[in-house]
Amino acid sequence: MKTILGREIPDYIEGYGRVTPFQGAFSDGGVKTRTAVKLTSVIPNDQKVLPNLEEALDKLNISEGMTISFHHHLRNGDFVLNKVMEGLAARGIKDLTVAASSIFPIHAPLVKHMENGVVTGLVANYISGPVAKAISEGKLKKPAIMQTHGGRARAIESGDLHIDVAFLAAPTADTYGNINGVYGNAACGTLGYAVSDAEYADKTVAITDNLVPYPAYPIEISQVFIDYVVLIDSIGDPKGIVSGTTKITKDPVALIIAKRAAEVIKASGLVQEGMSFQTGAGGTSLAVAAELKKIMQHEEVVGSFASGGITGYLVEMLEEGLFRTLFDVQCFDIKAIESYRDNATHQFMSASMYGNPHTKGAVVNNLDIMILGATEIDMEFNVNVTTGSNGVIMGGSGGHSDTAAGSKLAIVVTNLIKARLPIIKDKVMTITTPGESIDVVVTERGIAVNPKRVDLLEKLRMAKLPLMTIKELKLMAEKITGVPKDISTSEEIVAVVEYRDGRVIDVVRKVK
Amino acid sequence: MESNDILIMVRPNEFGKIEIELESIVMQQFGDVIEQVILHKVKEMGIEGISIKAQDKGALDYTIAARVETAIRRAI
Amino acid sequence: MEKLRRTMLFMPGNNPGMLQDAAILGADSIILDLEDAVSLTEKDSARILVREAIKTIDYSQVEVVVRVNPFDTEFGPQDIDVIARVRPDTLLIPKANEEEITLVDKILDKIEIEEGFAHGSIKLIALIETALGLENVYKVIQASKRIVGVLLGGEDLTADLGIERTKEGEEIFYARNKVATVCRALKVDAIDTPFTDTNDYEGLAKDTARAKSLGLTGKSAINPRQIYTIHSVFAPTEAELKHALRVLDAMEEAEKEGKGCCSLDGKMIDAPVINRATCTVEQCIRLGLISDEVEQDENNIR
Repeated sequence: MKTILGREIPDYIEGYGRVTPFQGAFSDGGVKTRTAVKLTSVIPNDQKVLPNLEEALDKLNISEGMTISFHHHLRNGDFVLNKVMEGLAARGIKDLTVAASSIFPIHAPLVKHMENGVVTGLVANYISGPVAKAISEGKLKKPAIMQTHGGRARAIESGDLHIDVAFLAAPTADTYGNINGVYGNAACGTLGYAVSDAEYADKTVAITDNLVPYPAYPIEISQVFIDYVVLIDSIGDPKGIVSGTTKITKDPVALIIAKRAAEVIKASGLVQEGMSFQTGAGGTSLAVAAELKKIMQHEEVVGSFASGGITGYLVEMLEEGLFRTLFDVQCFDIKAIESYRDNATHQFMSASMYGNPHTKGAVVNNLDIMILGATEIDMEFNVNVTTGSNGVIMGGSGGHSDTAAGSKLAIVVTNLIKARLPIIKDKVMTITTPGESIDVVVTERGIAVNPKRVDLLEKLRMAKLPLMTIKELKLMAEKITGVPKDISTSEEIVAVVEYRDGRVIDVVRKVK
Repeated sequence: MESNDILIMVRPNEFGKIEIELESIVMQQFGDVIEQVILHKVKEMGIEGISIKAQDKGALDYTIAARVETAIRRAI
Repeated sequence: MEKLRRTMLFMPGNNPGMLQDAAILGADSIILDLEDAVSLTEKDSARILVREAIKTIDYSQVEVVVRVNPFDTEFGPQDIDVIARVRPDTLLIPKANEEEITLVDKILDKIEIEEGFAHGSIKLIALIETALGLENVYKVIQASKRIVGVLLGGEDLTADLGIERTKEGEEIFYARNKVATVCRALKVDAIDTPFTDTNDYEGLAKDTARAKSLGLTGKSAINPRQIYTIHSVFAPTEAELKHALRVLDAMEEAEKEGKGCCSLDGKMIDAPVINRATCTVEQCIRLGLISDEVEQDENNIR
């Protein structure tokens, strides 16, 4: 079948099932159901603390075909996923589906488990490193399912993604399972991506290296959701969990792009009292925040909130009174962790509250300005952040599709050309976010506005910004680089890209 | 070798042929084009019998042509 | 209309990535450097790369300047011969002295004829970075009609004088003063030496302001991040803009009344004054400091 975005996708995919195709960013609204959860009640004198991980695995009785989940707040410093998988592999269990909110290079041992059939399915919002490469090479038996941050929460809460056991890495846990992420050697800040897992999994295990006497303070995930608590030596390496400080880029071209993006924001008229803003953690994204800060200070504007993954830079903006609060779904650096811990206006937001389209209103719905990245953009403004220029998986939506859909002004900031490759193509290799959600593309050589946004075009034209059509940008790039040949792929599908609502927006095929 | 540049190593080819061995980070997308640019420069300079080893990190055509010319001039 | 030369950005000539991006970094002029930024073993590489870059890359938005090696080195003459034939806008001659400028001028005459370029189309900027060059700057400029400006090289100059180079710049006060004065007298641009601490924007602004106050008309940059600050300092002030607008208004009035010339505040407004005012207003329009209506009025005057 051909989707409304022109993608050829089979009606049925082996290892995935029947395909419900994407029909539009807001096509699947209306009445929704949160699934019921079966649990085993706990009475006084029941002990939750188990002496070690092996005992927990014994008790959990994990069997073939089950789905186990992990959150990614320990990022590239996570030890928990590998440890659990090692234990399960040793027991000869096969055919497991790993639902990890994100996969990082540190999870490389998963490749071996994939090759040995221990893991045959993977569900994630972001996949990087050796695992991404292995999936692209077809080493995972079933196609990987790539979701968005909001979409994963939706899938879990609706029952589309049933989790048998959730392994919750807990920087701090008490003996009854109350968890927080702000204290402990492996402190990571908020645990936004762990909430749906804790609430809806059949069984949950808190795995901690900082077991404190009951009750813990603060409580981010409540004891009422936790079955067992296990203490291990170390759940993660702080150096891989958070960076010391995230820094603004020094690359002159990136700084020019950031300045242009700020000019677009200014011309849009959205810099007003009560505005809201979100940006990524990369150097260019922060540079945009820095430029916006200058504008806000000049206009004497106080915003309502900044959201997303939070960095020290946004914390500074909060402390300087530029925003009333922050909504934090994950902390990227130490400053963010400390601010979340100590400042009441730095607030927690679960992945569901952040971007689940099937709730009574996600935070992304209230977002004014969103700064996004891209590996490829096409003539309809569809954006790829799933596969790189060589067709190999290198990321995934994360919150990309969620924020692009919800925000009033979604701006993609990118170099026009990266290592001889134009970012703008006739067709992207993989559609992650549909063009209808993308408003402006800002490059160092020009700005393209989605033709649907007639209002925005007018405003930017009046501000005398260097506007051109997306086609003109593409031709400009190709004049410099030459026209690239397309990457050829086989028919074999290695990943299914689900939109926020669970419908299939595209697939990733194996690269030849 | 820096991004956007190409390392060119040349030596005479005993069979009088033009041989090009190319490694590139954009091999699939531009491999053909890069070889053409190298070939064109070699012919333009009237060189026969040369073995060229090229390691490309996304160089544009003008860079490729310049580096090939420099390598050949140095070799002569 | 005078070309803007508020910033001249040095770019290493042997770096393809930088040559490709040079035109969009916001500088008025880019200096593709074959001299200090290129090691001795790569001089040939850089020359050929810059030649190809000028032939291929779209540099229409900026002035393309190439700093060649000194004429008395083994590289200088070849640089000029190769680069001039692809017609850069300007050549920057290091350690400039009267003799060398005269020599280069004649070589360019010859090359322009051979290549069929308009005579004098390739300009020169003299890099004054020796004590002798500084003392003779008047003669250096006079040595060729191609000279459109002087760039002051503070680092090499202070080295030649055997003195310390500082951020405050007291030691180059005389040099700046002299260059600004002579350039003004001979109606060419006076470009200030670069500010070498690329992380100190406050210091850069102070240094640029000092140069501007002494009459220098632009500043060289060694890092693209310096461009924004330098441009802010060289942007016309509100007072300058107000004056320029008054000049143009007075002109318009005079024309309406059929007068051939006019005066403002008791002084005659002649062509150079009008030219200066027009440039100031145009610069402000270009910089987005004033609105469309003013632009329309201005077009009517032209």
